[in-house]
Amino acid sequence: MSGKTLYDKIWDAHVADQSDDGTCLLYIDRHLVHEVTSPQAFEGLRMAGRKVRAPEKTIAVPDHNVPTTGDRNAKIENEESRIQVEALDKNAKDFGLNYYPVNDIRQGIVHIVGPEQGWTLPGMTVVCGDSHTATHGAFGALAHGIGTSEVEHVLATQTLIQKKSKNMKVEITGKLRPGVTAKDITLSVIGATGTGGGTGYVIEYCGEAIRDLSMEGRMTVCNMAIEGGARAGLIAPDQTTFDYVKGRPHAPKGAQWEAALDWWKTLYSDDDAHWDKVITLKGEEIAPVVTWGTSPEDVLPIDAVVPTPESFKGGKIEAARRSIEYMGLTPGQKLSDIEIDTVFIGSCTNGRIEDLRAAAEVLKGKKIKDGMRAMVVPGSGLVRAQAEEEGLADIFKEAGFEWRLAGCSMCLAMNPDQLSENERCASTSNRNFEGRQGYKGRTHLVSPAMAAAAAVTGKLTDIRTMM
Amino acid sequence: MEKFEKFSGIAAPMPLVNIDTDMIIPKIFLKTIKRSGLGVNLFDEMRYERDGSEKPDFVLNKPAYRDASILIAGDNFGCGSSREHAPWALADFGIKVVVSTSFADIFFNNCFKNGMLPIVLPQDQVDLLMKDAEKGANARQEVDLEAQTITTSDGTVITFDVDPFRKHCLLEGLDDIGLTLEKSAAIDTFESQAAQSRPWV
Repeated sequence: MSGKTLYDKIWDAHVADQSDDGTCLLYIDRHLVHEVTSPQAFEGLRMAGRKVRAPEKTIAVPDHNVPTTGDRNAKIENEESRIQVEALDKNAKDFGLNYYPVNDIRQGIVHIVGPEQGWTLPGMTVVCGDSHTATHGAFGALAHGIGTSEVEHVLATQTLIQKKSKNMKVEITGKLRPGVTAKDITLSVIGATGTGGGTGYVIEYCGEAIRDLSMEGRMTVCNMAIEGGARAGLIAPDQTTFDYVKGRPHAPKGAQWEAALDWWKTLYSDDDAHWDKVITLKGEEIAPVVTWGTSPEDVLPIDAVVPTPESFKGGKIEAARRSIEYMGLTPGQKLSDIEIDTVFIGSCTNGRIEDLRAAAEVLKGKKIKDGMRAMVVPGSGLVRAQAEEEGLADIFKEAGFEWRLAGCSMCLAMNPDQLSENERCASTSNRNFEGRQGYKGRTHLVSPAMAAAAAVTGKLTDIRTMM
Repeated sequence: MEKFEKFSGIAAPMPLVNIDTDMIIPKIFLKTIKRSGLGVNLFDEMRYERDGSEKPDFVLNKPAYRDASILIAGDNFGCGSSREHAPWALADFGIKVVVSTSFADIFFNNCFKNGMLPIVLPQDQVDLLMKDAEKGANARQEVDLEAQTITTSDGTVITFDVDPFRKHCLLEGLDDIGLTLEKSAAIDTFESQAAQSRPWV
């Protein structure tokens, strides 16, 4: 019998019940909740007269449609957004959940708050009504997005009805070249597999280039596992993980820390584990990348050109034609010639302190191009406070960036932070879908350093030319 | 949940690949705290001009497909966000079945929770159904979940796979939470064992 993968081990530790056909009840250790995908679930509980089974394992925070301007604590102008946030306030109170309201300094994007507060720990099962729950996989936690019906199911039962996914190994060997970041790794993997390449799998990222990443970088990599279609992305916990977790408010302490550590150290894939699919990329060959189209798989090195639709196969030919037209580009055009008018730095992909440091490093002593709209939206109030303490906020402000309060903001543009028609944005977020950042807005996904470089030059820019 | 019964309906062709959940229901419609009423905004940006008038070329605006209950779609349908508003909008419009070569995982799960059936078929069979759907309103296809078949307008029968548990739940209109609560004892046992082995959780 072959050994187990990390996914196998976490899965096995959480099966509360198994039917003959392989359908399992998987126990959920942490349930994260935000204002957009939960109101209908709480309403369902009330209508059925049900309680939240484990409120102490349920963490709620408003993030998706909160404004990021200073006036939000007084009142959220948009009525529908306000109603959703107020509904979460009420639901958190009525059902006794752990809650970080809008005016709490710990408020922020749910996937940044969870790890920051030590709710996310190795070996856990973590779910949230949000596809980017994959982020928490960076800790070696099995973490994935669920729909609202499943949110209600977890609230009521602390379990999910699940069937096991297949195992995929994504290995990034060797060292990254200067200017290449976790964002470039994760986009390059999607470029290699396609947005459907991970469907049916849980991915474990491994290899020297992954091991060398900080926890922030690992979160960026796992965050976008979902853009490759995978149910979840995982990275085996190691000393980097333990150092990050230790001392956080909800991390175990004393004897429990030691006991936890003993188990966490067993959480790795055995040498003889079975993989259903293996992908290997060489770290040295990964370049700083940008997206040119309207799918995260539409990714190319910054020194490439906009492709011709005919270079693709099957249904992708028409999709590429549509993307290029939507994006207002011409096949053969150099990606580094594409002019942009907006820069967004933030999101659960790239809204952590290390991301802000990388962007500030590029911006130090520089100004953004005339007419450029540029904003930084820190991933949480605590990231924001730390960036202010480190002097990063001053660098951003002096360069001409707006310095905002925490939230999802222009990543999905449910709040007032949106692109107008035909505006073109270099964005550190995760999706370049049509209309994602605003009706007919155009999104190019990039790393924080590349976003900062673009803000200065006014064009998509190869960060290696500015180093 | 209503029981999923055998039906015949109009199939609309949407061959575009990677139709994402932002296309299916743009985020401005996620501000609702209800599940109902989203059908009118299904595919909003593809379906309407900015002034609210219909784009006549969009498939569901064409007279033949306005009452479609089956979608035949390109690869990787439903990719992107976890928003259950996507199947809510499809169901509210009247779509009961979506056929594709592949679906995004979360969207696929969400369909079953809302009495909808996503069917995965190989490329050649999706192509065949697409061609049939392109014939217009006369091309009614029949879906029989019990028999696991979809029949084209000219009588070609295609069989499909479906998870037996999910099939059972759809056919009987069963509520997942009710089913799981019947296993409360197993959850209690797991919880007390986990409290011993992983007390820090």
